[in-house]
Amino acid sequence: MHIEVRDLNKWFGQYHAVRDVNFSIEPGQLIGLLGPSGGGKTSVLRMLAGLEYPDSGEILFHGKVMNDVPPQERGIGFVFQHYALFKHMTVYDNIAFGLTIQKWPKARIRARVAELLELTGLSGVEKRYPHQLSGGQRQRVAFARALAPEPQLLLLDEPFAAIDAKIRKELRSWLKSLIERVGITSIFVTHDQDEAIEVADEIMIIQQGSVEQKGTPWDIYKSPRTPFVAEFIGESTLLESIGQLKGFGQVPAQSNTKVLIRPEYIEVGQPGELKLASASENGIVKAMHFRGSEWMIEVAVGDLLLKTYRSLESPVLQIGETVQVLIHRVYVFDGDSHSVIENSLKEDPMPIMI
Amino acid sequence: MSTAPTTLTSKKSSTSSKILILITYSVFILLLIIPLVQIVIGAFDHGVQSLFQALLRPEALHAMWITLSVVVVVTLLNTLFGVLTAIMLVRGQWLSSRVRRFLNSMIDLPFAVSPVIGGFMIMLLLGPQTVMGAFFSDLGMPIVYAFPGMVLATLFVTFPLMIREIAPVLQEIGTQQEEAASMLGAYSWTTFWKVTWPSIRWGVTYGVVLTVARSLGEFGAVLVVSGNIMNKTQTMTTLVYQDVDNFNIAAANSVALVLAVCSITLLLVMEWAKRRKGVHTHAH
Amino acid sequence: MNAVLNHKGALWGFRTTLLLYMFLLIILPITGIYAHSLSAGWDMFVESISDPLAWKAVWLTLRLSLIAMVINMVIGTIAAWVLHRYQFPGRTLLNSLVDLPFALPTAVGGLMILLLLGPNSFVGQWADAVGIRIVFGEPAIVVAMVFVTFPFVIRAVQPLLEEADKTQEEAAHTLGASKWRTFYQVLLPQMRPGIISGGMLAFSRAMAEFGAVVLVAGNIPGKTLIASVYIFGEIESDNPQGAAAVSVILLTLSFLVLWFINTLQAKEGR
Repeated sequence: MHIEVRDLNKWFGQYHAVRDVNFSIEPGQLIGLLGPSGGGKTSVLRMLAGLEYPDSGEILFHGKVMNDVPPQERGIGFVFQHYALFKHMTVYDNIAFGLTIQKWPKARIRARVAELLELTGLSGVEKRYPHQLSGGQRQRVAFARALAPEPQLLLLDEPFAAIDAKIRKELRSWLKSLIERVGITSIFVTHDQDEAIEVADEIMIIQQGSVEQKGTPWDIYKSPRTPFVAEFIGESTLLESIGQLKGFGQVPAQSNTKVLIRPEYIEVGQPGELKLASASENGIVKAMHFRGSEWMIEVAVGDLLLKTYRSLESPVLQIGETVQVLIHRVYVFDGDSHSVIENSLKEDPMPIMI
Repeated sequence: MSTAPTTLTSKKSSTSSKILILITYSVFILLLIIPLVQIVIGAFDHGVQSLFQALLRPEALHAMWITLSVVVVVTLLNTLFGVLTAIMLVRGQWLSSRVRRFLNSMIDLPFAVSPVIGGFMIMLLLGPQTVMGAFFSDLGMPIVYAFPGMVLATLFVTFPLMIREIAPVLQEIGTQQEEAASMLGAYSWTTFWKVTWPSIRWGVTYGVVLTVARSLGEFGAVLVVSGNIMNKTQTMTTLVYQDVDNFNIAAANSVALVLAVCSITLLLVMEWAKRRKGVHTHAH
Repeated sequence: MNAVLNHKGALWGFRTTLLLYMFLLIILPITGIYAHSLSAGWDMFVESISDPLAWKAVWLTLRLSLIAMVINMVIGTIAAWVLHRYQFPGRTLLNSLVDLPFALPTAVGGLMILLLLGPNSFVGQWADAVGIRIVFGEPAIVVAMVFVTFPFVIRAVQPLLEEADKTQEEAAHTLGASKWRTFYQVLLPQMRPGIISGGMLAFSRAMAEFGAVVLVAGNIPGKTLIASVYIFGEIESDNPQGAAAVSVILLTLSFLVLWFINTLQAKEGR
């Protein structure tokens, strides 16, 4: 389903929850609405569903204004944050609910429910009640229930929020492959960047009711448009100015300039380990955190504290050790404009380690 | 219920716990059990025959009929309006939150009003000397000293019972299940019967039992409004009052026994409904 | 938008009916009684309440309700604690019996107390011999009030005990606190909101009580005539002015109590 949203606004009393939101979504895409809690993501989703009425703006499905169409007639599947399973109904009845409402013949309902049970790997639990299921199973039921009436659009509100960290990862890839198989346009809300990056075809970053940036995860990572986006996607260190560092003397130090460095853009090494010694600074290792697959190192350069990663294969550093620090590139945000600045002392391009 | 850990079960044998249990038992026996037994004994004191004689008096039969009618009418009305009002107060976003808060604080007022005053209020508004009262009696349907007034008085007294049972349940189940139903194409009516009703049904049952118990036993408000006219507006409770007033304790006892048996039956139903309600709200 | 009441159009009449029902049944009568008590002027109102019999009735009601409340707070707390904590034969039965005064018609409750304490009963004869007047005296009124309001404190404290974090109690034990000290410093504070709000409810109910009291009090003006019975008498003797004045005093007191409980609960809720 082609979806378009124009100048959408929503107020809750004095609180401006959604501000002038515009976007369009192509059929078949899987979109992640990402942002901090309370940023307006869920309000956007609920307005698309018809559960909330926009104060201004338009919502169009296939070019048709949907504002006044009640939720019952929008043909949307919705997976609620805590699933909202009907707790007095069995799994079977939950999934069949939408079909009975639409007065499907009994035999067809049975066939469709069986198909969904199969698809979601729930065969065998159809006679159970929601409170007899695990968190992951409940989520699958919610999913099957939403898909049963063959909606054209699937909306998911924090679909993994209530699930254990371990099962969450499994469910994520399961959900992604399932949505691809069904081929349904889907929008999900999350505040977890890993989840958004891993699952979504495109991400919309929403903060304080506005869309900060929309694009593929890779685009957003590569060229964040605002400091907020840069900080939200991936890790980064925010600095006021960086002019004193080697190779970045050209960066103007203005009052409203913000500089962001990602850990992946910094290399550290014992003296002689780095090839471009002329472009590096000296720094002192302040702290080392073992991250399971790599080291996260905090290193002080002058009065700046930077974060970087170091491979477990490289020689282990000691706290207090003097090391060489090479900064490959930084993001500079200057009011409305933003740019990526490379280390000017670097002559030959280094392979970027990401 | 609570399973006390070993450190605390060891207290069970301690003297202080024995004394506390003893106190509790004494209070219950003195305050509740002995008086209850007394009613039973008192009713059979002059033999089964006099018990039936007292109960088969025409005024007693009529009082039972009136009480039953009041209970049925009040329970029906209070259930209907109670459920709807609870839904309005919890879900009605068409009311501003300030209005809802105001209405919500109004709900409990009948708890604070003495039943006598409750009945008196209806007299002041609809009594024979008032404009409205005269209007209704001209229509041939007097309110005060008649059945409608008794129903009104009892409705006033029972008003909070149903709402206070349903509203917290509605609050707790939240709107998500209802929203899920509407996303699946269900309109209000279907959503109510298929999704909301199963969640509140035990709360409603409990509220009905409370309403029946209260309307069966209402005395002060009904006494004032009904005028306690024998064979006309006398209920079982006001008959007990009149019998005591006439020093006919044995007859009073017989009617009281019937009321007590009804109440205890209701109490048992109440316990049962409470358990079901508890099972339901905790099973998720 | 909400899913239950979502239909447009016919809803309007339906909503108006609900609001009207509430207004006519609750708000109008209550404002009506305030209006009526002042309708004959402020002087008339003052005169009505300065009738010594009226004053004495209100004062007696307050005093006895307060006594009943304190008794209930003590025995209610003990009973709630015992029913929650100890396992003993008959516990479930007692727990179900708690609600009996709610289920039983108050007139029946009054009759029960009359039979128990009356001149023909064992207690009554003993008291007569000792020279105490129970029935048709203040003790009987207090007993009737305690009986009618018995469930309030227990039912307000019980959920707090259910919710109470047992580890706090255990923590107190591990820190060396004695049983008594644990009760006093850890458990009692947890029960306190229930004891207070249950007690206040019992107080307001006791002040309003009519059925149980009217049968046992003897209703001697100036001595054992409580406010609600006084109001009833005034209505019977066709003096609505006097009845309305005392009603307004009693109502205002009850509303204050109710308001107090609500603020207390709102505070505890945070």
